[in-house]
Amino acid sequence: MNQALRFAPVDAKALDAASDLIRDAGAARQEARDPSRALSLTIRGLRKSFGDNEVLRGIDLHIPAGQSVAIVGKSGCGKSTLLRLIAGLDEPTAGTIEFGDHEGNPSDHVRVMFQEPRLLPWARVLSNVEVGLGRDRNSPDAKIRADNALKEVGLDEKRDQWPAVLSGGQKQRVALARALVSHPRVLAFDEPLGALDALTRISMQRLLERVWHDQGFTAILVTHDVSEAVALADRVLVIEDGRVVHDIDVDLARPRQRGSAELAALEGNILRELLKETGDLAGT
Amino acid sequence: MSLAESVSQVRSRGFRIPRADGLTQWIVPLLIILVWQIACVTGYVSARVLPAPTDVALAGWKLLLSGELAKNIWVSFWRASVGFLIGGAIGFAFGLANGLSQLSNKLTDTTLQMVRNVPHLALIPLVILWFGIDESAKLFLVALGVFFPIYLNTLHGIKTVDPQLIEMGRIYGMTNSELFRRVIFPGALPSIFVGLRFALGIMWLTLIVAETIAASSGLGYMAMQAREFMLIDVVVLSILIYALLGKLADSTARVLERITLSWHPAFQKH
Repeated sequence: MNQALRFAPVDAKALDAASDLIRDAGAARQEARDPSRALSLTIRGLRKSFGDNEVLRGIDLHIPAGQSVAIVGKSGCGKSTLLRLIAGLDEPTAGTIEFGDHEGNPSDHVRVMFQEPRLLPWARVLSNVEVGLGRDRNSPDAKIRADNALKEVGLDEKRDQWPAVLSGGQKQRVALARALVSHPRVLAFDEPLGALDALTRISMQRLLERVWHDQGFTAILVTHDVSEAVALADRVLVIEDGRVVHDIDVDLARPRQRGSAELAALEGNILRELLKETGDLAGT
Repeated sequence: MSLAESVSQVRSRGFRIPRADGLTQWIVPLLIILVWQIACVTGYVSARVLPAPTDVALAGWKLLLSGELAKNIWVSFWRASVGFLIGGAIGFAFGLANGLSQLSNKLTDTTLQMVRNVPHLALIPLVILWFGIDESAKLFLVALGVFFPIYLNTLHGIKTVDPQLIEMGRIYGMTNSELFRRVIFPGALPSIFVGLRFALGIMWLTLIVAETIAASSGLGYMAMQAREFMLIDVVVLSILIYALLGKLADSTARVLERITLSWHPAFQKH
């Protein structure tokens, strides 16, 4: 009992500090916003098989420029495969993915953030962010740009540290800075907050919402957490057995209040859809 | 995870040993010498079995004055380092080639594994027939002995670099050479150091055996000569010098490790 009382104020403070950092960081980078750079995405007849196992069975999808889309579904439904195809990490078995008007090499304008931070342990935080500049990483202003990206995620004071000394949430923020530093036109997230604790998740969600708002890229978020999906996205796609089975617009004002009645209702509806399928299966 | 990593993690997490860079590490060797001296002085151990440390030191001092000791140490040191550089460089090159290229691996790995299982000291008779007892015989044996630990650990290090990091590098448009420089090589380095330290041990072992059997200079030769003339103090002296040289080589590797792996949690100051 005593312990709980002692710990409660500390947590609240940490949360406040995190949101302060995020607010400052957002203000510092306000000028970077340029939504016209975002790319739309058109997917036609997309299929992917691994051997005999067909993971994606024909996906048709249009994502307007600057939209944030969450893809939810049970594990093994193909949502991560879809993201890997969009990011150009795998080749589709059939179908096409177009960015804007041209079918092209996605690595030029798509950046990916994974569940694991994937930082180079032997490079300082700043060099890790510089990796994100791609071919520009040897340009003279690389350090300044990397520093700005670190400011954006509120970690500029850690620039000379080794990744090993950072907490899980801080590592993920460095990974976010690395993804943002090249000002991507499409940013894909693969369960980016899956490995974080509840409080860090909430502050990271706020941070993601803010950078998306500031930079205006097209965001694709793969998650198994429905409440995260409805809190962050304009649109939620439910994938079931390699097909899009629901396409739901989340027409709620931002910034969204966590725990509000509308969010909870929407979340409940989506969860019910997801669980209904399981129920049918269990019944047969 | 390589052996060195897991060992050092256990070390840093579990029992804390005092930091090895003080005088602490010399307490046990000094104690052993003290007990040894007392045993000899009290007559508990006969001088014909084991001479007292002071006698060994005296023998060392005489050899030092005659210049023989420095000459022999230098000859052995030269053989060890040249053999190590040749064998290490070839092992490293093969490790890289077979770690990075499937074709190279298929082509050479089986052959190398077969050669590896021949104890290289068993080649001494053959090597003497080939090279006689001149320098190339010793260099050949040292290089051969050093080759395998460096080769195996370089290969292992490259094969076990986190594929997620390599994928990350590709997403961010790294060229092959950048990928090697920034991801693969640093990732393989801890394992390469394990190989380096194994190789240093094998380097001394091979050299001393080779010098004992077929040489006309060097520490091994000095010990064998002393045996001929029943100079047991010089024999013991040679053995002690091996221990010191081995320790020196290992410390050098440790310093290098500490400098190049400063990012690694196991090498950060606690």
